[in-house]
Amino acid sequence: MSQEELLKQIEQLKLENSQLRNELHLTSTKAKPTDSDSNEYPLTLEEYHRYGRQMIVEETGGVKGQIKLKNARVLVIGAGGLGCPSLPYLAGAGIGTIGIVDNDTIDTSNLHRQILHDSEHVGMLKCESAKRYLNKLNPNVNVITYPVRLDNTNAFEIFKGYDLVLDCTDTPITRYLVSDVAVNLGLTIVSASGVRTEGQLSILNFKNIGPCYRCFYPVPPSPNSVSSCSEGGVIGPCIGLVGIMMAIETIKIILDIYNEENFEPFLMQYSAFPKQTMRTFRMRGRKADCKCCGSNPSITKETIESGQINYREFCGSCNYDVCTAEERITVQDFENNYHKIEKKNYLLLDVRPPHHFKISHLPDTFNVPVKTLRNMDGSIEELQKYIPEVNKDSEIIVMCRFGNDSRLATRLLKDDFKITNVKDVAGGFFKYIDDIDQTLPKY
Amino acid sequence: MVKLRVEFLGGLDVVFNKQRTYDLDIPSSGAFTIKDLLDYLVDKMIDNPKDVEVFIEDGTVRPGIITLINDADWELEGELEYEIEDGDVISFTSTLHGG
Ligand SMILES: [Zn+2]
Repeated sequence: MSQEELLKQIEQLKLENSQLRNELHLTSTKAKPTDSDSNEYPLTLEEYHRYGRQMIVEETGGVKGQIKLKNARVLVIGAGGLGCPSLPYLAGAGIGTIGIVDNDTIDTSNLHRQILHDSEHVGMLKCESAKRYLNKLNPNVNVITYPVRLDNTNAFEIFKGYDLVLDCTDTPITRYLVSDVAVNLGLTIVSASGVRTEGQLSILNFKNIGPCYRCFYPVPPSPNSVSSCSEGGVIGPCIGLVGIMMAIETIKIILDIYNEENFEPFLMQYSAFPKQTMRTFRMRGRKADCKCCGSNPSITKETIESGQINYREFCGSCNYDVCTAEERITVQDFENNYHKIEKKNYLLLDVRPPHHFKISHLPDTFNVPVKTLRNMDGSIEELQKYIPEVNKDSEIIVMCRFGNDSRLATRLLKDDFKITNVKDVAGGFFKYIDDIDQTLPKY
Repeated sequence: MVKLRVEFLGGLDVVFNKQRTYDLDIPSSGAFTIKDLLDYLVDKMIDNPKDVEVFIEDGTVRPGIITLINDADWELEGELEYEIEDGDVISFTSTLHGG
């Protein structure tokens, strides 16, 4: 059996395991439903004590509201920048069952914002780390983990049995998938996102009458306009605040603060800089011609599960594959045949944005961001303003963070600037740090 | 003359000189629509022609950007055909994806 097949089988078994545990729990809780009318004191004394401060807020509906929370089953997809701040509030509030889907492991670079995890657990699965924390915070809550990557084949199995979904994911691909599956199962989605200093939040497919993600975004954004937290960066409390707002919306939905009559589609926009502002935009309703929630849907359980709906194809991806093998060198090559040579007769060009470059870079490097290069329209004179000694016969070695932009830059330098001797360092500066010089700061 | 405010949120300000809000007095005789505003923004306010495609695609606002007229989805107000009135606030925001 190939490694790929083995990995696939492990994924499948992990999923089966989660499902069996889930079913076991669902049958055990279904056997003794909590009902506020049949019993004078439907909660345990510990629960009265624990939830007292929120039960005495009139808006929650007191014990009745608490029982709604206790009977609720909420699925959180992603235990990262949004999942981490929302999860403890959901567990703290006493939501009875919380599922967490995430196959990613904790990296040190997550910890400035993913504050459920900690430095001692780098490398651990995020869903398991989150579960550990939530179990300590509120042992009454049943936390179910799904250490798998959500995809066409497993989404329906995972979503089944939940009342509400929190979309805490980070790419359009999964956002469309989460929305499509939730619509097909009739689940309300609390959806949010954020990058840099801003965040957005919305309720989608509210009780199967509100608009879905596709109603808002029938056409996906072009892949080169999508930036994630690893590329765009993010300020911890900015995304954290949005995650906490997700918990608030979730609690309000469970407490029936919104209903079919008063619900109006909205999108909230939080901006942290320069002044903090929160705006609520009134949004379109469900679209009759929506391919998923409209009157004649083509996106169904069958077309999703069969793979006919191809999210990768639909959203597209940036094409960085623009250099031939001869135009690329490995970091080892770079070290041995360029960087270590005494007398340097090549130019090293780092095409990262200057605020990246400032954090760390190699010595004797020129910094011209790929965007600036593109704006020069192939003019050597313009390039000489940054690199005085450059000409069409120069040998240039190009580097960026991960080796993507450097390939685009290599193409520009060869095709537009007509510089013939240009090479891209495959894997970029971070690969160089990993394989050659671990004393340099990686960010 | 039409007096309005335009806003660029969700990182869109990068193509408008990194400024998020502009108060504009635009000379116009007769109706001034969102379509006219887009032409004005492209002609007068995007310095780098290479940045136009970040904002406009096929003659309209690029997919992934939400357009709001006085804090309401432009789809509720007539999209490109909406006639801007004095005091209107037109906001453009990129859809964010990170989480
Ligand atoms: Zn829809």
